[in-house]
Amino acid sequence: MAGGGGGELQLLGTWSSPWVIRVRVALAMKGLSYEYIEQDLPNLKSELLLRSNPVHKKVPVLIHRGQPVCESLVILDYVDDAWASVGPPLLPADPYDRATARFWANYINDTFVPSWRVLIRSTTAEQRAEAFKSVVPHVETLERAFGECSKGKAFFGGDAAGLVDVALGGHLVWIRVVDEVSGTKLFDEDRFPGLAAWAERFFDLDAVKQVMHDAGEVLKLYKGFLAK
Amino acid sequence: MASSKPKKEFGNMTDASGDELKLLGVWDSPYVNRVQIVLNLKGISYEYIEEDLMNKSDLLLRSNPVHKKVPVLIHNGKPIAESQVIVQYLDDAFPNAGVLLLPSDPFERAVARFWAVYVDDKVGSPWYTILFAKEREEKLEAAARAISAMETIEAAFREKNAAEGAPFFGGDGIGFVDVVLGSYLGWFRVIEKMIGVRILDAARTPLLAAWAERFEAADAVRGVLPDDVDKVIDFLQTFLH
Repeated sequence: MAGGGGGELQLLGTWSSPWVIRVRVALAMKGLSYEYIEQDLPNLKSELLLRSNPVHKKVPVLIHRGQPVCESLVILDYVDDAWASVGPPLLPADPYDRATARFWANYINDTFVPSWRVLIRSTTAEQRAEAFKSVVPHVETLERAFGECSKGKAFFGGDAAGLVDVALGGHLVWIRVVDEVSGTKLFDEDRFPGLAAWAERFFDLDAVKQVMHDAGEVLKLYKGFLAK
Repeated sequence: MASSKPKKEFGNMTDASGDELKLLGVWDSPYVNRVQIVLNLKGISYEYIEEDLMNKSDLLLRSNPVHKKVPVLIHNGKPIAESQVIVQYLDDAFPNAGVLLLPSDPFERAVARFWAVYVDDKVGSPWYTILFAKEREEKLEAAARAISAMETIEAAFREKNAAEGAPFFGGDGIGFVDVVLGSYLGWFRVIEKMIGVRILDAARTPLLAAWAERFEAADAVRGVLPDDVDKVIDFLQTFLH
């Protein structure tokens, strides 16, 4: 395993968070070892979390040689920069391709995920139908994005998974869990064959298998939320 | 359509002679203004195209089909959208253009990116609400949120940049966070006239007030940010029905 161990790398997270999973996948792709410290949010904000992310008090936080980096996409960029010569790059080398990757990572964060989360919070059939209808256009956009970014290859990043794959892939277990509960299929293989096949390939990556949270556990957690 | 040459005071002009750059924008958009400031800082010339957002051009719709918004930078026919993405692109695509907006150290880059995200989220979102919310109450609430964010930013500036004696978030020179936050400065004056609230107040955030003066005095910034408050307010009316 490449450097980063020996107490110099820590990740503050919660096991169920897709944003934390993004970082864990990236660290696994780079072959970096680190101390993972589970936070008991929202009940208890540890001293370390409050010190490391005083502005937002949220996870994930990556602490490298005592210096904290916050916000999952900022962390992914940081991992790419700080370990540029280690493992595969998360961002392509070409400036235009980099800009395209950043654009789609932002779209996933700022447009797709907030729209999809309305579906997570829906408790009635009507709410679910509304929410699903609202998120589908974003999935259509992502299906097109996949076509453009992958250029016929396996991932948004090309032959290897990159920033956009990780940004979207971190949410896949939750997407499947919500689908199961609401009776929907967000990445339906007939409507969105590119994304459906991509999701399978993403799940198959060693780095993902190492860190992805258990669907059964996420399902239990989700059903618990809905029951409240 | 206007051809924009960067201010000559930047010394060596970037040799972008083989490059064709177009910037689609709206004159009072903070997101467009920050890109203009960066192009000035880098000494890159470009063609500026003012968009009518009520009647979007084919070029805009083709270049940013996902969001249909400005700014869009078109470099040799290839479009780049999202202001922070554009600024980072300019660093990547013109690495020899003197000024780099992001620092070279990975951790410092992460700090800059963190605060840039924070500014657009905690100052930019309230800005939008202040402009477009129907009720005055909503505008005032948004202004309060923006003020709280400015206080957080002031503390960060005090702990880091002021402690190092640095005039800007980027250090000795203007950087990423400076252009992101600085792009709202013209609007802070407009908001004061619109709702009687100062988002930037020297009494509350003295370091930021001093920083703002330095930022607006910079050659790359002069003439970019809207300074005619009434003109901005009149223009805004055209978007409110």
